[in-house]
Amino acid sequence: MTGLFEFLGLGASAELLSLSGWGGNLLRGLANSLQIAFGAFGLGLVIGLFGAYGKLYGGKVTRDLLAIYTTVIRAVPELVLILILYYVGSDIINKVSEGLGGGRVEINGVAAGIWVLGVVQGAYATEVLRGAINAVPAGQIEAAKSYGMPGLMIMRRVTIPAMMSFAVPGLANLWLIATKDTALLAVVGFNELTLETRQAASSTRAYFTFFLAAGFLYLMVTLCSGAVFARVEKWARRGQPSLKGGTS
Amino acid sequence: MDTATAAASVPEADARREAIRVEDLHKSFGNLEVLKGVSLTARQGDVVAIIGGSGSGKSTMLRCINFLETPSSGRIVIGGEEVAMRGDGSPANQKQIERIRTKLAMVFQQFNLWTHRTLLENVIEVPVHVLKVPKSDAVARARQLLERVGLGGKEETYPAYLSGGQQQRAAIARALAVDPSAMLFDEPTSALDPELVGEVLTVIRDLAAEGRTMLLVTHEMKFAREVANHVVYLYQGRIEEQGPPAEVFGNPQSDRLKQFLSSVA
Repeated sequence: MTGLFEFLGLGASAELLSLSGWGGNLLRGLANSLQIAFGAFGLGLVIGLFGAYGKLYGGKVTRDLLAIYTTVIRAVPELVLILILYYVGSDIINKVSEGLGGGRVEINGVAAGIWVLGVVQGAYATEVLRGAINAVPAGQIEAAKSYGMPGLMIMRRVTIPAMMSFAVPGLANLWLIATKDTALLAVVGFNELTLETRQAASSTRAYFTFFLAAGFLYLMVTLCSGAVFARVEKWARRGQPSLKGGTS
Repeated sequence: MDTATAAASVPEADARREAIRVEDLHKSFGNLEVLKGVSLTARQGDVVAIIGGSGSGKSTMLRCINFLETPSSGRIVIGGEEVAMRGDGSPANQKQIERIRTKLAMVFQQFNLWTHRTLLENVIEVPVHVLKVPKSDAVARARQLLERVGLGGKEETYPAYLSGGQQQRAAIARALAVDPSAMLFDEPTSALDPELVGEVLTVIRDLAAEGRTMLLVTHEMKFAREVANHVVYLYQGRIEEQGPPAEVFGNPQSDRLKQFLSSVA
């Protein structure tokens, strides 16, 4: 293996990327990125579900507030939002802490990242899920109602499973955006993959090697996600004949 | 005819328990008054066919009985229990209406099976999750019911892979699974290809024969005449004429009913 790298003239690169050296840092950065992406995506789904239900079934005030939320979040560039939410969030926490007599609080980078990206994801997820819920044939919900199901059970047993097939493609997009938006957290000094890569690259002057490696890692994440979402989509579409014809 | 006091039951003193009573039911959509005071009583074992032209309010009436539509005013009494209504006609007690709905199984024109569940899952859904029947019991009963409506062997099939007639029979099995005290059929054969209507009517006919209480909104006049013991003709939100099928179909009194019957014949 080492011989092959030497033959290709990549010996130096392989050494730079070794796990005990900068390569390990990159993988730790990737792990941080994925942790935040998972958390933010999850938080976004929860916000999105409440947001979608609020927009569809809520009162006027709820709907107006949610309209402001989704409009503002989707209008402002994510980088700006991250800066705003990050500094506003840590400011509020510190104010509260000081108000309660405590000192300044060290903000946990992962938690801050999840909160910031989760709020952004929530706005998009609200729209994805609202569209998906709207696409569920009204008769399915009506049938559940007519058999005495209470509202929450209808949501859990009928609406959510039935809307999944409509929501999965949009949610897959949101997940991929989440993985890549983690790179924006580099601006607030969070050690995710992009920041780790930049540090490695500027320390060694091997920009090409490290950014190519980071690109490769992002690509791997995308490819694996694609495979997972393909399975999720197949499951979500159970019971629906494929458009290509034939049986399932 | 005074529609407010008209009852669907047999005129002589009838000891059978009252299943559904509707009194002076009004329903408006905006400015459009669809039901203008309809009253109807169905006793245990009654098969009441509701006929009428499109827009006569027959489906709306059926849907008001289990509050899928909110009545504008009137009274609904199911199995002797009056549904508590607010001033605007909406159910005052959500728990009560949910409990009452489990006794009224509805069969829809568009079947409305849950497409992400197999036939078996569709049939056990309400017994297991709403009525809290043990799953193994519900499954055993569901298999019997599917067998009974001629869908034995299709338990694991998803609705989209079945014909309309099969889906509607599965929907009837789902309705039977809750062991309803009355069944509401909302034009159960109107969405079916003509050659599939027969198989669904056969199932409904068997249910009528075993003494199930049902309200049946239908366009199948021949079928209504055959299975119903009482026929109600709605015209523009009012009961224009009602009585035993032999009289309603054999000797219609009002000109509108005569005209209607000749137009659908």
